[in-house]
Amino acid sequence: MKAAVSGWRVQRISAMVLAVCVTVHLITMIAVVHGGLSAGAILTRLHGNVVWGLFYSVFVLAAAAHVPVGLRRIAEEWLGWRGPSVFAVSVLIGLMLAIAGLRAVLALTGGPL
Amino acid sequence: MPSATPTTLKVSVWRGADEGEFQRFDVPRMESQTVLDVVIHIQRHLDATLSYRFACRVGMCGSCAMTVNGRARWTCRTHVTKVLRHADDVLEIAPLNHLPVVKDLATDMTGFFDKWRDAKGYFAGQRTRAEPAARVDPASPARKAVDAGIECIGCGVCYASCDVVAWNPDYLGPAALNRAWTLVNDVRDTQQQARVAAISNDAGCHSCHTLGSCTERCPKSLAPTASIAGLKRLNGKAPQGALE
Amino acid sequence: MSELDVSHANGAAAAGRRKTPGRRADARARNHPAWWAFLVHRLSGLALAVFLPMHFWALGTALHGAAAFDSFLAVTRQPAFVFAEWGLVTLLAAHLIGGVRLLLIEYRPWSGLRKDLIAATAGGALVIGLAFALSLTL
Repeated sequence: MKAAVSGWRVQRISAMVLAVCVTVHLITMIAVVHGGLSAGAILTRLHGNVVWGLFYSVFVLAAAAHVPVGLRRIAEEWLGWRGPSVFAVSVLIGLMLAIAGLRAVLALTGGPL
Repeated sequence: MPSATPTTLKVSVWRGADEGEFQRFDVPRMESQTVLDVVIHIQRHLDATLSYRFACRVGMCGSCAMTVNGRARWTCRTHVTKVLRHADDVLEIAPLNHLPVVKDLATDMTGFFDKWRDAKGYFAGQRTRAEPAARVDPASPARKAVDAGIECIGCGVCYASCDVVAWNPDYLGPAALNRAWTLVNDVRDTQQQARVAAISNDAGCHSCHTLGSCTERCPKSLAPTASIAGLKRLNGKAPQGALE
Repeated sequence: MSELDVSHANGAAAAGRRKTPGRRADARARNHPAWWAFLVHRLSGLALAVFLPMHFWALGTALHGAAAFDSFLAVTRQPAFVFAEWGLVTLLAAHLIGGVRLLLIEYRPWSGLRKDLIAATAGGALVIGLAFALSLTL
C-alpha cells in the first residue's frame, strides 16, 4: 500500500524527469552565458514563450518533488530526526520550492518587460 | 640500507565490551600467517582471557569474521601480509561493527538474525513429503537470481560494513534483504505477500543507498546490492504467479 | 534472566530513540569508489537544495521588471558569485551523472557497481564545469 507512493518512488520517478530537464538546462546555460547575461536578452527569449514556460514548470515541479525526499533522508540518517515531523517539514519544503519556482517561471515568461 | 623484516608483529586487540580499549601484543611473525593464527597465538600463549570465535578455520563457516584494520573480514582467510602496507605497521583487530560486543572479539549476533526473520528470510512451502518434489528449472531467470545470492552463510561481514545499518537502526540490512530476494524468486515459497510487505519500506530496500560496501566486502563475492535493487524493482508487489 | 536478555528487553523498550548498537566504521572501511560516489551524490544534492531557493528567488526578481532584474544581474558578475555558479554547475553535472548511474543500477539488470559510471561522473562533471567556465570567459 505504501510502496506505490513511497518517498523512494517519488524520488526515482522525479529523477528520471529531472535527468532530461537538467541535461537541457545545462546545455542551454552553457550556450547562453557566452557573451554575458542581460535581463533584456533573457526576457526577450523567454517572454510569452509557452514551450519554455511549460518546460520550466515541469522542471520546477519535478525538483520540488525530488529535493524533499533527499533532504528527509539526510535528516533521518545524519541528524537522527525521524517520524511525522520530519516528513511534514519535507513536504513543506517541497511546497515552498514549487511556489517559489513557479513564481520564477511566471516572472520570466509572463512577467512585466 | 633496507631494514630486514622484523621478527615480531605488532598487534592491537580490542578488549572489553562496548566500552573498553585496545591492548598491544607482540606476536612472532611467521610465513603465511593469517589474522586468525595471530588471535589464536595470543589466546594460547600470551593472554588466555582473550575471547573470540572461530570454527572451521578454512573459510567455510564465517564464524571468525572480525574488523581487521578497519574492514570486516574473515580472519582465517586474511593473510597478515595482505593487510599491512608496511612490515612494521600495527595489525588492529576489533569485533564486527553494528552488533553489541559480548566480550573482546565476540559479538552478539541476535539482532542480525532477528532482522533476517523480520525480512521473512525463511522458507515456507506447501508441499508435504507425501507429494512429489517441486520441479524448478535451474536455467529459469528466477532460479538464476536465487542461485546468485543463495551461498550466503550469515557471517555478518556485509551487515558490519553497511553504513545505513549504522545510520538507521530499523534497516534490515544487506544479508537479510539478500536472503529475502532469493526467497522472492523461489517459486515454491508461499509467503510472498508478507515478505514483500516486510521489505518494501524504509526498514527494507528503500533505505539502501547503493553504498556498495556489502558487495565490496562479501567474502563469498555475493552482491547484496544487486539483490536489493531487485527488491526495489518489485515496487511493493509480489512476483507474478506467486503461490500465495 | 541472562545479561543478554536484560539488554534486549531494555533495547525493545527504548524503541523510539534506539540507535544501532556496537562499533562504527571509519574512513578505512569507506575508502572505495562506490562510497565516494554516494558521498559526492549526497553532498552535491545538499548543496543544490540549499542553492535552489536562492536561484528561484533571484529569477523571481524579474517580476519587478527588467531594470530590477538587470541590477540583480550586475551582482552576478562578481567573481565570488561566478565561482559559486561554476561550482554549482559542476555539482549539478556530478549529481546528474551519478543519479543516472543509480537509476541504471536500480532499474536495469545487474552489471556490477558500474564503476565506469563513477569515473564518468567525475570526468563528466569536470568537462561540463570547464565548458561552462570557458563559455563564460571566452
